[in-house]
Amino acid sequence: MLKSFDNKALEELNDSNASENERAKKGLKKRSDFGYAVLFLGPSLLLLGVFVFYPMIKTLYMSLFLTNNFGQTTIFVGLKNYTSLLTSASFLASLSSTFIYVIGVMVLTIVLGLALAVFANQKLKGIQFFRTIFSSTMGVSVSVAAIFFLFVFNPTTGLLNQMAGLLHLPQLNWMTDPNLAMITVIVSTVWMNLGFTFLVLFGALQAVPRSLYDAADIEGASKSYQLFKITIPMISPSLFFVGIVTLIGAFKSFGLIDLMTAGGPNNATNLLVYRIYQDAFLNGNYSQASTESIVLTIIIAVMTIIQFKVLEKRVNY
Amino acid sequence: MDIANSSQRIGKHKFKISNFLQYLLLIILALIVIGPFLLGLWTSFLPTSSITKGSLAGSLTFDNYVTAVQTTPVLRYLLNSFIVSIIRTVGEVLLCSMAAYAFVFLKFKGRNFIFYLFLATMMLPFEAEVIPNFMTVKSMNLLNTYSVMIIPFLTSAFGTFMLRQSFLQIPTDLKEESDVEGLSHFQFYWHVVLPYSKITLLTLAAYSFLSSWNEYLWPMLTTFSDQYRTVQAGLRQMQSTETFNNWGMIMASAVIVVIPTLIILFVGQHFFKSGLNDGSVK
Repeated sequence: MLKSFDNKALEELNDSNASENERAKKGLKKRSDFGYAVLFLGPSLLLLGVFVFYPMIKTLYMSLFLTNNFGQTTIFVGLKNYTSLLTSASFLASLSSTFIYVIGVMVLTIVLGLALAVFANQKLKGIQFFRTIFSSTMGVSVSVAAIFFLFVFNPTTGLLNQMAGLLHLPQLNWMTDPNLAMITVIVSTVWMNLGFTFLVLFGALQAVPRSLYDAADIEGASKSYQLFKITIPMISPSLFFVGIVTLIGAFKSFGLIDLMTAGGPNNATNLLVYRIYQDAFLNGNYSQASTESIVLTIIIAVMTIIQFKVLEKRVNY
Repeated sequence: MDIANSSQRIGKHKFKISNFLQYLLLIILALIVIGPFLLGLWTSFLPTSSITKGSLAGSLTFDNYVTAVQTTPVLRYLLNSFIVSIIRTVGEVLLCSMAAYAFVFLKFKGRNFIFYLFLATMMLPFEAEVIPNFMTVKSMNLLNTYSVMIIPFLTSAFGTFMLRQSFLQIPTDLKEESDVEGLSHFQFYWHVVLPYSKITLLTLAAYSFLSSWNEYLWPMLTTFSDQYRTVQAGLRQMQSTETFNNWGMIMASAVIVVIPTLIILFVGQHFFKSGLNDGSVK
């Protein structure tokens, strides 16, 4: 989340080097603070080493071996785990469910988040109340959201089927039909994302100069023209930011899947991280789970690099 | 004059209609957003018997809350979540600010290299590293403790970057002055840098607290008893046991669990907004 700080960081890395040179020019003593660096940086480096770098290398290593039930490596097989994984029908099905889920979540999150932000960005009495409500889903944790939505989508007692019954519409098996179950988890995820997306996009909207809209009003431009020609271009960096953060978050989805569908029905919602969890912790197939973890890492790393590169250029206004 | 007047009146009238429509739309959007929550809140006051009949009417009662508190460890889960989240928040703010200080104010060989190393960790998803991490904490005998949910998260590349950005805005004069006055790095860090970046520190703290509170996969994997389960793992436990059909009580527990984070969100919203937009809008 919130990874856009990095592009700034990258830029200002150069800045800080420049100011360092300035300081050196000013004749300040240029000494090494190595001892202090160990004290200030040591704890963080140690933790990242043990819990981020080591496990990454270990996962990569395990993905090149067969493993026993205890997760110990046995036979070196090179890239064979990868070839068998990428030709496995069930993995490819899981990967395609993941892509459907991720795209669905991203598109809906952005469209709805933008709608909330645009409507909250008006000068109306009591608008602050609506803004608070729109941001509120950010405070709802995954287990709570799952409980709420399990109830909304519950086939017999759920709100949706109750309402469908009242309106004489067909009652749908939201949790047991594979396609509907996918919709169920997408909707629940989007709902959870809304608060954060709203806050970011609303903040961006507030930074758009009002004079642009006033000028457009004078020239008689329609509201939809203003939305597509002023609002969206002006906040494109933020749209890109929430888009990619949502994408990365969706690729890592686990909690809602575990709580709402457990990957089912019929593996329809068996997304990548849930599959890793199943293979490692339920089936004891650590080498396959490690291989899947590396696939996940590659996907996330590519996304993150795209994010760095694009945000570095700041997205055209 | 008459014409001017009437057109003005039409204008006013029109304005009211569009105002009304705007409010209507806002209310509909608001209902969609808090609908699931309101439904949960409402059912938490209904007897389970009427919920399972599919009825949303019935006499409102606090029974579900009483049952949840008396027969389930939901309050214990809450306490555990608070303990873990508070320690993690303090630790992350402290360690990240120290690391950020090193990147901004200390000169040492390999600083840029280490900085890029930090940068690289943001590409590595924790979800892809749970297997070795699980083995690590198992070999350290940390399974089913508070420490297992705290220690791996006491620092983060994200927090370090965020604070580094903030520290870079501190005027270099301040550092020079403090050098002249003979302040040590620790004194400068504690008495100047931290107070100067208070807002960013609070933003990171709120963010850190919420993400710790919402952590699901790791507590679920590493805790096996109600003594240590956080609310996320705990609600899962409650769902998977026989209480699953007791909707009223489950809803009451969910409401009990959601209230602290909603309060933190509303209190911290101001900081969040400024912090988030620092990152995305420029």
